[in-house]
Formats: sequence, structure tokens, C-alpha cells
Amino acid sequence: MPRINSATELEELRKGILSKRDPNKPCIAICAGTGCLALGNDRVISAFEEEVKKQTLEAKVDIRATGCHGFCEKGPNIIIYPEEICYIEVTPEDVPEIVSQTVLGKEVIDRLIYTDPNTGEKAAHQSEIPFYKNQMRHLIGNNSKIDPKSIDEYLALGGYSALSKSLFEMSPEQVLEEIKKANLRGRGGGGFPAGLKWETARNAPGEEKYVIVNGHEGEPGAFMDRALFTGNPHSVLEGLIIGAYAIGSHQGFIYTRHDSPQLRNNIAVALTQAEEYGLLGENILGSGFNFNVEVHLDIGIFVSGESSALMRSIEGKNPEPRPKYIRTSVSGIWEKPSNLNNVETWANVPQIINRGSEWYTSIGTERSKGTKLISLSGNIVNTGVVEVPFGTTLREIVYDIGGGIPNGKKLKAVHFGGPMGGSIPESLLDTPLDFDELAKLGAPIGAGGMFVLDEDTNMVDVTRFFLNFLTNESCGKCVPCREGIRQMLKIVTNISEGKGREGDIELLEEISEVAGAASLCALGKTASDPLLSTLRYFRDEYEANIKEKKCRA
Amino acid sequence: MSEILLQIDGREVEARKGMTILEAAQSAGIFIPTLCHHEKLEAYGACRICTVEVEARGRKNLVAACVYPVEQNLVVRTRSEKIDRIRKMILELLLAHAPDAFALQDLAKEYGADKDRFEKEASFCIHCGLCVRYCAEVKKKNAVGFVDRGTRREISFIPEIASKECWNCKECFPLCPTEALQAAFVLTKALFSP
Repeated sequence: MPRINSATELEELRKGILSKRDPNKPCIAICAGTGCLALGNDRVISAFEEEVKKQTLEAKVDIRATGCHGFCEKGPNIIIYPEEICYIEVTPEDVPEIVSQTVLGKEVIDRLIYTDPNTGEKAAHQSEIPFYKNQMRHLIGNNSKIDPKSIDEYLALGGYSALSKSLFEMSPEQVLEEIKKANLRGRGGGGFPAGLKWETARNAPGEEKYVIVNGHEGEPGAFMDRALFTGNPHSVLEGLIIGAYAIGSHQGFIYTRHDSPQLRNNIAVALTQAEEYGLLGENILGSGFNFNVEVHLDIGIFVSGESSALMRSIEGKNPEPRPKYIRTSVSGIWEKPSNLNNVETWANVPQIINRGSEWYTSIGTERSKGTKLISLSGNIVNTGVVEVPFGTTLREIVYDIGGGIPNGKKLKAVHFGGPMGGSIPESLLDTPLDFDELAKLGAPIGAGGMFVLDEDTNMVDVTRFFLNFLTNESCGKCVPCREGIRQMLKIVTNISEGKGREGDIELLEEISEVAGAASLCALGKTASDPLLSTLRYFRDEYEANIKEKKCRA
Repeated sequence: MSEILLQIDGREVEARKGMTILEAAQSAGIFIPTLCHHEKLEAYGACRICTVEVEARGRKNLVAACVYPVEQNLVVRTRSEKIDRIRKMILELLLAHAPDAFALQDLAKEYGADKDRFEKEASFCIHCGLCVRYCAEVKKKNAVGFVDRGTRREISFIPEIASKECWNCKECFPLCPTEALQAAFVLTKALFSP
């Protein structure tokens, strides 16, 4: 690969890549995301490769193993370009027919397209399938258009033009200003304005500064970050390099999971390719800006996704949170200013630079801008990775995109934010997706895991599930968290088994007040959030279990 | 060293930059209870019994006095209804594990903590980490450490190191806030029934 030494050379390279591409050449984009692979899509990929070889079509048809398309429920998914025909639940046996009928014959195979279970209407294209058409897929939408292992395909979509623009047309201050104006808020859970965090790290004393991608995503029911990072690693990397430029950092870290080999591999390939092109390393694009990235893997502990624990882990220590009375953006890894953002936050950066903060702030609500990735799961017809603009109501997500509740059941609640989140009852389903609105209701968005719970769900059991998760995943260092969760789990277990006593609810509230106020890190401080939100909206279930000595739901 | 003026329980207290609230309070003779603190060791912030209320720039917060750095004009309250409630609960949670520990009983009297509030799970260890940290930071031997996490976390001696180092040292034993014999028991267990 040639090294690119200027913005002009980058554009020339891009032109070269595009000129070699025929937009009318058929391409079979096969989802190789985790869900589809588990459903056997590796066999579908092999079948396509064999079939294309058999019919000697190698020069006429492209096969692309891509990241997650999003519609996990109906996997294995494939999309045939240029017509953008979506086939769902594809098996290796369907492959010869798809190649001859659709790829060559340009005919749609009826049995492989989506049928709306309610209306019976068929939909052949992404733009017609309700799951896709009601979304705004600015971040995840490119997954099906690129091979994550090919930097050229990312460049073909305009990749790294935002980096080039930042380095050559903008000062670091201007980049920072643009991110601040865009009001980009952290997607990892806190919703803290990324621009302000960047500014703190930038202004913090010290030459050596770090930028970090938090790609840990340990929350049960959250799988959107790995879908994005595995499927489009360069979008995250480009955001990171731009952030480093704005902050004045020359060393970045990617902290991610040891147990996702595909993700690790795609990140490693992306870093190597970016380095070979001179988009990473010394003198990036000939601008004089130097920036290197190291990958660190977790050891399978939930709390290592907490920012201070993550930074200790990078230092090579136990991933135990430390008190953050001095912000990590001032004193983080090795006590140097360390700016940590989540995968999705970084991926938002290139589009803000390319299209401007004005465009970005036109999407979303007054205080929550842009789109949000959601991992939709639970009692829902369409499980999958969803991207919607902030302001979309929860009802739209559940019914228009999610297709409603399976088996004719009624919706009971929507749970956000996993073990440190909260549940919202059906009556509040018209609430818009918004950091502050949801936090007010006791169900902060968190990272974006959204569990849909039907009428058969016992909310006491939901709380018990999360508390049980946390007794294993707390680091165990501080008393209010370790001991508080231990006792809360005992009491909730008793209540759910019909052994609850009068006064249990009050005791739970007392423990949760202490854990919330006195714990060392956010895990302990918010461990009782599922409990508090279910007590807020479903207190009668706890009371009934205690009074009637049984479970009512 | 620059002087910092702060207020603790209505008293003006002078402190140096880099001191914690606990150190500033101690230097002024103001008592804040601690369980995991030791002056020879790096502040740890695990037991949370030293939780105090601070007010800075108009915002009130509950913080751990042993790790929170002093600031100019910081207003600290070491007792309040809420602080007492937190300390009482922390003691009750710990008394389930070490009901006979003198250090806990003395504080329990002060804060009205009921040692029988939670079902006993006597492990005698309250995870203050004094033995672990003393061995690592002062003795630099790492003969005792924490294993596992969450509610399964416990201390354990490393037989290979402990068999060489511990019998002639045992300096961590008297540090244990619950029962010195506890460490002896865990040590013996590590060495003779691994």
C-alpha cells in the first residue's frame, strides 16, 4: 500500500478506488455479524463463494462479508446490490437460486423477502421493510456497504475525509468548537457533553495526554457497539484520531473485549491498514501530527468498563474503580489527562466534522442531538440493532420498528440501561428517546440496551436478575456496594419466593439510599436503580408478594 | 507548601495542598471514624465509614474523607443526620460478618447500629485490605491478596510466598480491625490445607 502524504493524495487515492468500481456490478453483501454467524451465515458465505466459482462469475460478481446489518431477528441476512434486495433467513440451499435468479436474472425470489406478519405485505428492499425504513441509520447503515477488513471500501464511502478536513482546514480549537456546538453527548451512559470533556483534557496541564475508546460493552443486552465497531472499525478510528488532534494527544488506547475474536481481528486489521496508508502513526497525511494507538483487552469483568477501572486496567493493574474526585480527563492513566469516550461517541465525530454542527443539531431533541444506537431485545418481534434520531418515541421503537410484542401479548414495561438502569411502564411509552427525559423517569438510556418486557414479566424477578448479576460483577472493594447489593439481593429473593416480610420494602429503600450515596463508583451508586424504578412503577407487585406470600404476576 | 483554609464542623482549619480532608481533620483534632485507613498506606476509600458532607462552589456532596483532597474554602461537615444514617448502615452491613469485632462494636454504640439487623454470615473479614496493602506497600512481599470479586471476594495468603515470609513477620496481624486471629487462621489454612 502506498503511503499518503497529503490531502490531495488522499483524494487522488479515493478517485482511483472509485474509478475502478462499477456501480452496476452486482455485489452480494452477506451479514457476518455475531447473530448471523451464529445462525450459520459462514456456510452461506462459503456457498456463495463456491457457486460464483462454479459459474465462473468471479470477475462479474462481488461477494462481501460485512458487519451486522441490524435485523438480527431475521438472519442470516443478505443484501444484493445494486438493487438493494434484502433476503432474510437465507440458507446455503437457497444460494444457487439466488445467484441465477436474482444476481444474474434480476428477479426477486418471493419466498426469501420480508413479509409483514400483520398486513401480509411483502417488502423486497431495505427502504420498504418497516424495521429499516423507520430508522435513521447514519452510523450503522454503512455496515452493509463495506467489508470491515478493507480500508479502501471505507475510503470509497468518503472515509477519512473528515480527518483530512480537520488536519488541513481546521485548527484543533475549531474542531473542538464544532464538537461543542454539535452538543455531542457521551453515548456510554452518562450523556456528558463530549466537547466539554475534550476541552478539560485539552486544557489540563501536562504534555502527555491520552484518548481512549471504551469498547468494553459489558452490559447484558447491549450489542450495538460491537456491531458498529466490528462492522465499521475505521469510523471509530477516524473519530478517535480527530479527537486526539483536537485534544493534543499523541497516544490512543482501544479497550475492548477479549472474547470477541472477530472484533479484535477487525480492529487489528483496521489499525494496520490505517498505518500503512499514513493515516495513523508519524506525520499523519503529511500534516506533522503524530498519533499512535494501542489495543488493550479486558479480562471479562463488567466493572472494567467503568472509566477509572478501565484506566487502571490499561496501567496493568486490577480493574478496580478509584475515587474520581479529580476527573480522569485531568488525571487518568498514569495520572495523565485521559479522555475516554464510548465507541458510538467517537463514530459520531467524522460526520459532525464533514457535515457540520448545524446539520447535526437539526437531528434530535433540544438537548439530545443526533441519532442513537439501540440494542432491541426481550419480548419483541424484531430483535436487532436499531438506530433512530433522538426524539423518536419509545412506542415507535417498540411497534413501528420492533414490530410489537410476540404471541399477542400486551406490553408491560421497557427497561433501559441494563443492571444499572430502570423500567418504564407501558403508560409512559410515548416518552421520546432523550437523555434527560428518560433519566427523569428513572430509566436513563445507559449505553442503549433496551429490553422489552411483556405482561407475563414479573418485575420483582427482573430486579432480582440484575442484582444477582451485580453481586458477581461488583469489584467488591467498597462496603456499600458489595454488602448493600448482597443484602438487597437476599431481600428481593425472599420477596420473589413469597418469603417477604412487612418492612422489607422500607429496608430496601434504606439500603439503596446508602449504596447510592456512599459507594465508590457509579456501579454501586446506581446498582439499586432497577430496584428503585420498579418500586416506583410496580410497587404493588412487591406488596402483593409480601402480603399474599406469593407472586402475583 | 501553600496553605489552604477550609472549614470543618464550623472551625477554620489550615491544611497543606495535597492533604485529604481526613488528614486536615486529624491535624485539627477533629475525629472522623475510619476502618480501612492506615497512615503508612495509600488512601484506599473502601469502607466508606469516613463519609462526610462537603460544600464547594455552592454544591453539596457526600465524599470519602480519606481520599478527598482539601480545597480552599471547602466547607466540611463530619456529622449530620444523613451521614449518621450512612455510617449506621455500613456498620450493620459489616456486623453481619464480624459481629464481635471491638472496632465495630464501639462505633455501633456511637451510631446506634444494630448488630443483628442482617442475617449473620460470619466470615470475620470486612475486606478493609489493611493486611493486603501493608504486605504490598510496606513489606513489598505480596504474600496476601484479594481473590475473586463482588460478594465472593476474600483474602488469601499465597502459599509459596507466605511459607517463606510470614512466620517471622506477622506485622499485618495486629492491623486487622476485626480479629487478629482471623489472619492467623487464613494463613494457616493457606499453608496446611491448600
